[in-house]
Amino acid sequence: MPVSILMPALSPTMTEGTLAKWLVKEGDEISSGDVIAEIETDKATMEVEAVDEGVVAKLVVAEGSENVAVNELIAVLAEDGEDVAEAAASADSAPAPAAPAETKAPEPAPAAAAPAASPTPAPTAAPAAAPAPAPSGGRVFASPLARRIAADAGVEISAIAGSGPHGRIVKADVEAFIAAGGAKPAPAAASKAEAKQAKAEPAPALSLDDPIFKLLPEFEAVSNSNMRKTIARRLTDSARDIPHFTLTVDVEIDALLAMRKQLNERDGADYKISVNDFIIKATALGLTRVPDCNVAYTDDAILKFSRVDMAIAVAIEGGLITPIIKDCASKGLATISKEAKELAGKAREGKLAPEEYQGGTFTISNLGMFGVKSFNSIINPPQAAILSVGAGEQRAVVKDGALSIATVCTLSLAVDHRCIDGAAGAALTKELKALIEDPIALML
Amino acid sequence: MDKQSFDVVILGAGPGGYVTAIRAAQLGLKAAVVEANHLGGICLNWGCIPTKALLRSAEIYHYMTHADAYGLSAGQPGFDLEKVVARSRAVAKQLNGGVGHLLKKNKVPVFDGWGKLTGKEGARSVTVEKDGKPFAELSAKHVILATGARARQLPGLEVDGDRVWSYREAMVPKTMPKSLIVVGSGAIGIEFASFYRTMGAEVTVVEVMDRVLPVEDAEISKAAEKAFKKQGMTILTGATVKGVAKTATSVTATVEKKGKTQEITAERLISAVGIVGNVEDIGLESAPKIKVDRTHVEVDQWSQTGEPGVYAIGDLTGPPWLAHKAEHEGVICIEKIAGVKDVHPLDTGRIPGCTYCHPQVASIGLTEQAAKDQGRAVKVGRFSFVGNGKAIALGEPEGLIKTVFDAKTGELLGAHMIGAEVTELIQGYSVAKTLETTEAELMHTVFPHPTLSEMMHESVLDAYGKVIHM
Repeated sequence: MPVSILMPALSPTMTEGTLAKWLVKEGDEISSGDVIAEIETDKATMEVEAVDEGVVAKLVVAEGSENVAVNELIAVLAEDGEDVAEAAASADSAPAPAAPAETKAPEPAPAAAAPAASPTPAPTAAPAAAPAPAPSGGRVFASPLARRIAADAGVEISAIAGSGPHGRIVKADVEAFIAAGGAKPAPAAASKAEAKQAKAEPAPALSLDDPIFKLLPEFEAVSNSNMRKTIARRLTDSARDIPHFTLTVDVEIDALLAMRKQLNERDGADYKISVNDFIIKATALGLTRVPDCNVAYTDDAILKFSRVDMAIAVAIEGGLITPIIKDCASKGLATISKEAKELAGKAREGKLAPEEYQGGTFTISNLGMFGVKSFNSIINPPQAAILSVGAGEQRAVVKDGALSIATVCTLSLAVDHRCIDGAAGAALTKELKALIEDPIALML
Repeated sequence: MDKQSFDVVILGAGPGGYVTAIRAAQLGLKAAVVEANHLGGICLNWGCIPTKALLRSAEIYHYMTHADAYGLSAGQPGFDLEKVVARSRAVAKQLNGGVGHLLKKNKVPVFDGWGKLTGKEGARSVTVEKDGKPFAELSAKHVILATGARARQLPGLEVDGDRVWSYREAMVPKTMPKSLIVVGSGAIGIEFASFYRTMGAEVTVVEVMDRVLPVEDAEISKAAEKAFKKQGMTILTGATVKGVAKTATSVTATVEKKGKTQEITAERLISAVGIVGNVEDIGLESAPKIKVDRTHVEVDQWSQTGEPGVYAIGDLTGPPWLAHKAEHEGVICIEKIAGVKDVHPLDTGRIPGCTYCHPQVASIGLTEQAAKDQGRAVKVGRFSFVGNGKAIALGEPEGLIKTVFDAKTGELLGAHMIGAEVTELIQGYSVAKTLETTEAELMHTVFPHPTLSEMMHESVLDAYGKVIHM
């Protein structure tokens, strides 16, 4: 039996991805563990390893294909002793691959591939039990009953994750999907539901053929990457749905700078702690003291997390990503510093593993290095708070009625008012100020 | 004291226990089995298998007495009960040896003795005794309880091994009773009733529910009762045994039905009034978090008890009391322990049940009534054996195949069969249910002609008004 290689789900949220690059070609002999392709997900570029060994009989999905659905056939492997041509032919029973992106035409990938055995368009007389259309042209494994229930409910079967053997979509999956609100409202009884839904939907962004663009100077249209789409979607949701408010506090960091110098100049120091590392440590410690700010909001309950997993916003080419320092409050400055550097490096190379950027209970974003004095961030749900760190700069401060100079940094804490009230937020900023201005406390 | 340590120790080598042990070995786990009586358990030694051997003898005897209908003559048919029983024991013995061989081949040691869960959470072991003397201490990361079940004893209807039999005595009769009372018309009671009736005994079945084979679809129960009566059985449903009086040669049951009392006298009485789990003396007291509901150990969908590292499978965990349920639970349990990916819990709605009386009965899934009780709109298909060519050729024109579909989704909710060889047919619907087929795929499936299985197709067609041969 030829082995089918399917588009892997590289993260729990991944439903589709871009087949960025094939690292093997047809005819190559590969063994288990070989890296065969690079796949770009909504978050990162990841390597796909072969599970089986054999000869690559056919690359079904062309390099550069976008929106390849999870579990779609991407390649076929002939096992030891199998005829490579025959194995390749077996792939033809699967839908045709998306057209390779050779032309620069901005048209979208074909919407639906034919379910028939040939790569030609579907015959008009569809078979009685025609498979549900898969928008990406992927072959969907689903039980007949699951297909029928999905069709009756107007649900796109390919949108459902399968829990049956080998990820097959079974009745229970469809029912759970529908119960979770995945079904389109039935047209007849839709008016109310639709009206409600319409209110909740964001206003669509302008499309590329909007007349307004004719009045604007010439432009280059850079297609939205998966990451860009994710950023757009999540932050739009957050800004629209989460009642944000911001608390701003100035902190003096002269003592912190002195301590940093002392630590970094110690004999045999194999670390270089940054100001941001101090702020990460202080925030983690502050959150353990004010646990009411280390929370997430759900409609049923406020989730209070047992530890602080700190997400650090890192700018990368084409967007940003938030790798996570897990259980941050229990880690020392040197460890935090090392982890932060390592994660930022991986992030810039697009090599973060899903578990390295998914989760997180609180985010810190620092634009101080660009000289930004202060700014507000948008919360990254399901988190309920985000700290924005401005530049440390010398400012005139009044102390005991006298003017003096201090190095000051402005912190802005944006919180989700559904689960964090003003007093709780203020308790955290107070802790932060105390910890940062008296950094020896961080050593305790 | 023999001290050894294992990844998993299994208490009981019935169909659940030994299959689990073999699968454990396949998965690279170091496994051991503790068994006090016979490899293969009740199923293989005193249940499923030896009864099938007895019933096969009865079936052939039935053909012999009906040879004329096939144009054959076989002189005066007769039987030697001792040989019939000896064959049944030989069959059990052969398979019992087979289990021993399989365990040996998979390098699973068998500890011949009574096993008890000992130790405490995090440091589990099983102590094995022989004649009350502990001789082995097996420390185990995981312990799977598979001690099975036994016949329920009703007060006043206690088994004495002489006039009042359990399945055990009924399996090895020394003489053929002229008359017999069978209390309980579940699978066990009815199979014995069928065996003894075919071999010539006068049989009276007493059932407390309002129909025989009460777990089956009502239509099947009705057809079965009709067939049994036609064979000469007396069937008393909605009837309770109030008391039993015994003499040296007979047993008299006082039976109450609809407020009226009657006395039935027979040579023997078989008590087949249900099953209780073997929860006693297996060391459950050392694991206080294990919950026991009456005589059954409570487990989650992965057969995990309340006690970490202790699992229970099969009859010990409650109905349906079926060997194939135990086997599946055991395999799922051990695969979960071994961390196998893609393990799925057992869907108890997809476990077929078979009763090997004459005519045979087999079913899977919801009865028509149960489906309606769930508030479902149903489509019901029926096909009678009389419309099937193969059934006529076999001389088996009595029987019914009934299918129940969800009218909305086309899901095959249940299938219920009575008639020749239906126990071998039901798996077709089992596969269909597991694959979640709808009526459409069943209609598109080509069933070979001429077979009894064609009726499975016709029943589906009938549910949607497309039946051909009726």
